[in-house]
Amino acid sequence: MSPQLSTPSKAPFFRDIRTLKWVLQLLALFAVFALLYWLYGNYQENVAKSSIQTDLRFLDNPANFTIPGNDLDQSQPVRDAFVEGFLNTLRVAFIGVVLATILGTLIGIARLSKNFMVRTLGTVYVELVRNLPLLLLLTFMNLAVVLQAFPRIENAWLPLDLFVISNRGIAIPWFIGSPAQLAIGVVSAALIAFVVARVRIRQADKSGKQDRAWLFGIISFLVLVVLIWLLFGYGWELPYVDGRGTTGGLRLDPSFFALVASLVIYTSSHIAEIVRGSILAVSKGQGEAADAIALSGSQKMRLIILPQAFRIAMPALGNQYLNLIKNSSLGATISYFELTQIAQITVGNGSPAVPAFSLTLLVYLAISLVTSLVVNFFNRRLALVER
Amino acid sequence: MITWIRRNLFRSITDSILTVVSASILGFVVLQVFQFVFITGRWEIIQVNLKILLVGRFPEDMMFLVGFSILATCFSIASLASGVSRTVETTPRLAGRLWELFQRFGLIIATSAFLIVLAGDLDAILFGAYVLLAILGGRLFGRARRNASLRKLPGWLWVTINATLPLVLIFLTMGQAALEEWGGFLINFYLAVVSIALSFPLGVLLALGRRSTLPLLRWLCTAYIELLRGAPLFVLLLLAGVALEFFIPASIAPDAIFRAVTVFTLFTAAYLAEVIRGGLQSIPKGQAEAGKALGLSTFKITFLITLPQALRNVIPAQIGQFISLFKDTTLAGVALSVFDLLNVGTAITKQDDYLGQGLIYESLAFVGLLFWVGSYVMSRESQRIEKKLGVGIR
Repeated sequence: MSPQLSTPSKAPFFRDIRTLKWVLQLLALFAVFALLYWLYGNYQENVAKSSIQTDLRFLDNPANFTIPGNDLDQSQPVRDAFVEGFLNTLRVAFIGVVLATILGTLIGIARLSKNFMVRTLGTVYVELVRNLPLLLLLTFMNLAVVLQAFPRIENAWLPLDLFVISNRGIAIPWFIGSPAQLAIGVVSAALIAFVVARVRIRQADKSGKQDRAWLFGIISFLVLVVLIWLLFGYGWELPYVDGRGTTGGLRLDPSFFALVASLVIYTSSHIAEIVRGSILAVSKGQGEAADAIALSGSQKMRLIILPQAFRIAMPALGNQYLNLIKNSSLGATISYFELTQIAQITVGNGSPAVPAFSLTLLVYLAISLVTSLVVNFFNRRLALVER
Repeated sequence: MITWIRRNLFRSITDSILTVVSASILGFVVLQVFQFVFITGRWEIIQVNLKILLVGRFPEDMMFLVGFSILATCFSIASLASGVSRTVETTPRLAGRLWELFQRFGLIIATSAFLIVLAGDLDAILFGAYVLLAILGGRLFGRARRNASLRKLPGWLWVTINATLPLVLIFLTMGQAALEEWGGFLINFYLAVVSIALSFPLGVLLALGRRSTLPLLRWLCTAYIELLRGAPLFVLLLLAGVALEFFIPASIAPDAIFRAVTVFTLFTAAYLAEVIRGGLQSIPKGQAEAGKALGLSTFKITFLITLPQALRNVIPAQIGQFISLFKDTTLAGVALSVFDLLNVGTAITKQDDYLGQGLIYESLAFVGLLFWVGSYVMSRESQRIEKKLGVGIR
């Protein structure tokens, strides 16, 4: 006689884990949609009461304000002002990211120096800056340094007679001609310099001598720039004080200077910590191997340690770049005409607030996404390919 | 000594040059700061405006509530800190313990002493004594939880008591004064404490949701976290400043503090969620599997086994998040015209008595000192906890 085998009966559908999971998720989705619907309903109701626009038509209205240092006309649409603000944000972000990376790397290395004084200087800088609010640094830069410590235009500082520094901004020597000409000249010189450097590397690989690719690249870049300058008759222009302002060169707004300076100072203190941590994370054997083949201190740092450290640092650095870009919105507090300031002004001039600020948020989101795509691309390129 | 100098300062010619350059930079800065603090600085602007800088124009007869809420916060922090730590102090000698305390909190003690001297009245001294008492009381309460006497008390209840006590008092205080009378450092402190406390549950839920096996839930949480992390806090605050009233029923009239707390809470929750997710990822799988083997439900496994360990592992990162929130509260001052410490700091230089005298250095130095001491001590504490937990070494 065989034992009675009872086949387990199927659980009823309301106790089936798969059904339960989906019910739970749909409930969550429903709750989120209910919340959004409630918010949206409130919005519609409140907007209808005060008859405010809800679409982006305001972009076609005349801007009614001007941007210093820009020939934007008052009658041009708000759209153009937004584009100009966007470009200004990109300017600050680009220059800020480059300078903060350089300064941060130097200070990160300094914090690990064998030299006691250099180490102390690095530590003091990082601990001082990292624990202060960025807005405080920005306010200090703007109110205390640029507007108060910098001299009035009549007795402006003229270091080497190349710059004009006053509380009306900083003027630097600049290229004569259109930005397109400048871009073409620089880019073609850079391309040729890049090719020269690659050729040097290839030759060095064959001959076994040092490549000095950077040295050759930079020298050929400079030679080419000078050649292009001579051949096409471009020129440089030095700024000079002219009555109540400066003429010639490129004038940087005081607010631009304050914003970039404080962003660079603040972000570089964070980058320094990342670089320091990444250098410490490079395995000790690498440095010892470099010592064993008698590389000099700077060669060891430049050729062995730093490339590997940056591989480790890349994701964290990307986060800092994103922070810097988002923090550039603080420029609005010192009237630098970047995206946020433009949005604030048009809202003050009567543009509807919700669409204007939502548009601003979307633009920042887009910039963040593109930046993280670029960072991820480099991260993949740099990452170790493991089995 | 000589060998130390030679080895650390003058190893080679370049090294010597570097030493001289950085020593002169450091020396210049130290000299300038010394000169500014003790000789050229005109500090009476701080002394005269001390009350506005610290608490704004808070009504005098309600100040005791402010005091109570600060005492309660100190009590809870001390209690949580000594209740959570599992290690017994290894330095038995009193002198050694005092030295350790001095290293950890000497800066805060010195700053408080400085503020008391600046205020120069009996109330300030008394309040300092009360704060010390509250911290001692909190330690005792935390100890009692760790030793036998309060063992019976469930952990969640103990944490809830500690968390709600200061929050209730803070909310009570917030209700007592009109918004215009609020100001100064008090606002930064309250905004940071309230927002971190409110964002904590939301952050935990978002982190769990992002780690969930249910796809819809995971996508929703990921979308929220990434959207909020891609947006600048300042623009969110501006948006809340002009548009929050459109999204809530007309019966609630939001004031600036309400707007600020809403934005800070929603924003910080996204960042906290990422921190907590990191903690959850650091828990080995075996923990959850062991729970399953015991027949615990998923809910119990999460809240009794994995989540507590995850939260403990990321205490340093959570403190880091709190520090950055603490620093970011200054943004509310500009975006929502809240009269916070930084705003007060720039405003007092425009008073009739001080206008156009270039006193911005003095006032910003004072504002910076308060923020710096707070953030620095907290970050040192978080490094200490990190070392104790051995997160980086394991």
